[in-house]
Parts: sequence; structure tokens; C-alpha cells
Amino acid sequence: MSILIIAEHDNAALKPATLNAVTAAKAIGGDITVLVAGAGCGAVATAAAAVNGVSKVLVADNAAYEHQLPENISALVAELASGYSHVLAPATTTGKNFMPRVAALLGVAQISDITAVKSADTFVRPIYAGNALATVQSSDPVKVITVRGTAFEEAAKEGGSAAVEAVSVVKSQDIAQFVSQQLTVSERPELTGASIVISGGRGMQSGENFALLEKVADKLGAAIGASRAAVDAGFVPNDMQVGQTGKIVAPELYIAVGISGAIQHLAGMKDSKVIVAINKDEEAPIFQVADYGLVADLFQAVPELADKL
Amino acid sequence: MKILVAIKRVVDANVKVRVKADNSGVDLTNAKMAVNPFCEIAVEEAIRLKEKGLAEEVIAVSIGEKTCQEQIRTALALGADRGIHVEADADLQPLAVARLLQKIVEKEGAGLVILGKQSIDSDNNQVGQMLAALTGMPQGTFACKVEIADGRALVTREVDGGEQTVSLKLPAVITTDLRLNEPRYASLPNIMKAKKKPLDTITPAELGVDVSSGLKIIAVEPPPSRSAGVKVASVDELISKLKTEAKVI
Repeated sequence: MSILIIAEHDNAALKPATLNAVTAAKAIGGDITVLVAGAGCGAVATAAAAVNGVSKVLVADNAAYEHQLPENISALVAELASGYSHVLAPATTTGKNFMPRVAALLGVAQISDITAVKSADTFVRPIYAGNALATVQSSDPVKVITVRGTAFEEAAKEGGSAAVEAVSVVKSQDIAQFVSQQLTVSERPELTGASIVISGGRGMQSGENFALLEKVADKLGAAIGASRAAVDAGFVPNDMQVGQTGKIVAPELYIAVGISGAIQHLAGMKDSKVIVAINKDEEAPIFQVADYGLVADLFQAVPELADKL
Repeated sequence: MKILVAIKRVVDANVKVRVKADNSGVDLTNAKMAVNPFCEIAVEEAIRLKEKGLAEEVIAVSIGEKTCQEQIRTALALGADRGIHVEADADLQPLAVARLLQKIVEKEGAGLVILGKQSIDSDNNQVGQMLAALTGMPQGTFACKVEIADGRALVTREVDGGEQTVSLKLPAVITTDLRLNEPRYASLPNIMKAKKKPLDTITPAELGVDVSSGLKIIAVEPPPSRSAGVKVASVDELISKLKTEAKVI
């Protein structure tokens, strides 16, 4: 078997989600090739070549791939896919964007967001917001798969010495153009990779009050998340959303503040190792999944927590 | 321009589903069913574009058993002009759905196709992207803002690090994220009117689409359950537990 993994990166650095996909590929078994498609992405290719378990790195370095436009990336991947038994990408917004397009071009199914590998053709994936786990078997000649990062450890960044090979295939078109992007700049760890996450919900009452969480996050080196209710209320931007349709996190410690615990929020965090809930409503469903529950007014408890840590 | 909106009948978002004892699937007996929330946003966006004079007709399509006509009627009550029901099994895989939609898009000559980004039952997040690939259209997925002008769609997308804006030449496929709009409620007179709007039924065979899939669901199981832990009485006790018992800080 041979597996092609599409690297997640920003042309400057390899994103950790790629390392989770490498571990999923190792569980499938076989030769692992990583494709780095981007522009001016040489450093990413070098980083990918050093990842433990990777035997080859393909680099498609062209302006057409700079912004990961799915129209271009999917055409490239579909062309390179022949000869591989599996094509994997992290289930990030980038992977989710171009991978189904790859699958359709190849005329095969996509297996979304796998959380376990049972065998080379059988995988587990959550459905119904994680309230059920489906085991699915694929008879397609190429298995196109997106990988849920939190379900697989990161492969070691060192120890590999893969050969790096340039790919000259250029796929571009004139129907889709990149216009602009507004990315959040933060000193804090990335939400999906952080070992501690503190999230606020509707109970925070305003965006300004998220400053209370920042004080705790500073003490713990935590990332800050939010429930959909807090995002919908306009307190904080959407890239902070944890949940079924937002980001999936599974940190060592998840602190839910003023979050009731709707099904779709639990879907995004219930695999966390330790869950703490702070909520003044002792009937809130979040307490049913919390290891430690504190029934208290968050406006008193959170500043106290920040002081005493 | 015609706008095609694809909608899916799913279990209501507030229902907590349970896995069947024989692990063959989830038990939806007597469960409340509804339009998938993301699809509702797609319908709303299409209607708003029509209200702005950017589209002449909004067509709502749903694929599934006869019961999904209820959801098409909901879309018609919200303002879609007519419906198409592709009568098929309820559990078709995304590629089959995309192939059926491709035929309808081509038949209707739709200038814009709007879909929800994912359904809250199968959580696949695939159909829009697959449809775009099959029709050769550009795609604007996870849209939180859409502007149509000069034969192009300017789509702002919600991505992991923030937002990204792309410009797509029409015809194009757009999939909706939650903050694109807030769907309206159907008024009683509109619900009555919707009953008289045209709704055609067609089958996959008539569309010439093979709906078989290379994917087989072997088992559906409940996730490992997480039990409630303990309540702590104070912030001090919480910190102490996290340090000495859970050892996470």
C-alpha cells in the first residue's frame, strides 16, 4: 500500500495537523508520501521530509497553489493520486474544502473525519455530532480520507530523511480567484493543538468579559475558545468556535465557563481528558460530562481562579 | 438567473439520538424531523438574492423518501418558487447525491447552487464540493457573506485562522456557514400558498444516475460514555483537585 498525504501549511511552516495525519497513515500501513503544494514552500518541504515515517516528499511549488484554492489543488491531487491506495488530508477547513472535490474527480467516496483505523479499508467516524460512531468499509480503489487531528497523536517531527522531489504539474483556471484573507493573529497556542483550553459561552454576556478568561489563559498557557452561542451573539469571532461545526478539540484540560453544554458544543470537546465546568445553573447539561463542576457565578469564580493559580 | 437550493431532511437539531440495540444505525422512530439547519440558511440566502432582484427563480431540491416533500414544502413556504423531489433511499452517500444534483443543475441551467456546508446527521461536509467538481464550477464553501455582481460571486469564507474571500465566476456552488444569515419563519398564509406551488418528482433512474456507493456502513455504535464527575465547593478545591488528583496543571 502507498499513501499520499496532503500537507497542511501556510507556505512558511508545516502545520501540526499534518503530523496527526501521518500517524493515521502509519496505522493504515504502507509507504508514506507527503505532497506539499504551495508557493515558496521550500521550508515546508524540508520540514515534511524530516517527519518520522515519511519516505518521500513531493513539492508542487507554484503561484497557482499559494492560497490552496480547491479548484487547483483538487486537480493536482487527482492527477497525482493514481498509484496510491489512500489519499489523506487533515480535516481542517482547508482539507474539508478540497478533498471532496478530489474524491468526486476520482469518482470515489470520501470518508470524512476519521477517528480510528480498523484496517486498511475500514475506518471509524463520528456521526450525529459524535452521538454515534460509524464503522465504514470502503471498496473503492483509492480511499480518500480526512483525518480528525485530535484522534491521532502527532508523529515525531524528527527522525525522517525523506527524498524531496519536485512536481512540475501546474493546475490553474480562471473561474476562481483568491481576493483577500483576514487571519487572527494571536500569541496564544492554536486552539486545536493546545494542551489547555478555556472557553466561554453565552454566560460571558459580552466580548469584553472574555478578558476574564484571558487572565486565566495567561497563567495556564491556554488557548481560548467559545461556544456557538457566544459566537452567534457576536462576543467573539467564529474562528474561536468549538463544536460540531466549529473546531474539534481534545486538550488535557478543558475549562467551560458559562457554557450550558448543548449537544453541538459537546461534540467539539467531549474527548478532552479532564473537563471543568463553571456555571451558575447547577442543572446545566455541561455538568453531566464535567469531571469537576463548580456551581458559581463566573464573574466571581473566574477572577478568583486567575488570582490563585 | 435561477438559483438551485439543495435541502436535506434530518432529525431535529434538539433531538438527542440513540443508537439501535443491534448497532445497525440510530433510532429515529417518531423523532421530530426538520430541514437541516445549514440548508435553511441556504434557502434564506437564495430568497434574499431573489428579493434583491439578482435571481428570477429559486428551486428547492431534496433527495430522499417521500417524506422529504415536507421539507420541500417548508422551503416553498419560506419563498422558494418550486420544488423537485428526487425519490430515493434516505441514506444515499454524498457522491450519489452530488451526481443527482449535477443532472438537475444541468437540466435547469442554474446560475448558482447554494447548499448547507454539512448535514447534522451524517456530518460529511462533502456534497457541495463534489457537485462543484462534477459540474466544473468554482466553489465558495463555509460562506459567511455573499455578494453577487458582474457575473461573479464574492464569497467570504470562515476558515480555521479567520476569514478568506474568493471571487467566483458564475455559475458557482456556495455552501453556507451559520453566520451567513438568520433564516426567517414561514407565515401561515405563505404555508398555505406553498401547498399550491409546483413540486415535481423524479427518480435516479430517470436522471440516469447510478446511486451505488463504494462505502458500506458496517456498524453504528454509541460513543464511550462520559460520566459526571464531582462538584467542587470552591475555587480553592478546584485548583487543588486539578493539581493533585487530575495532575493537569
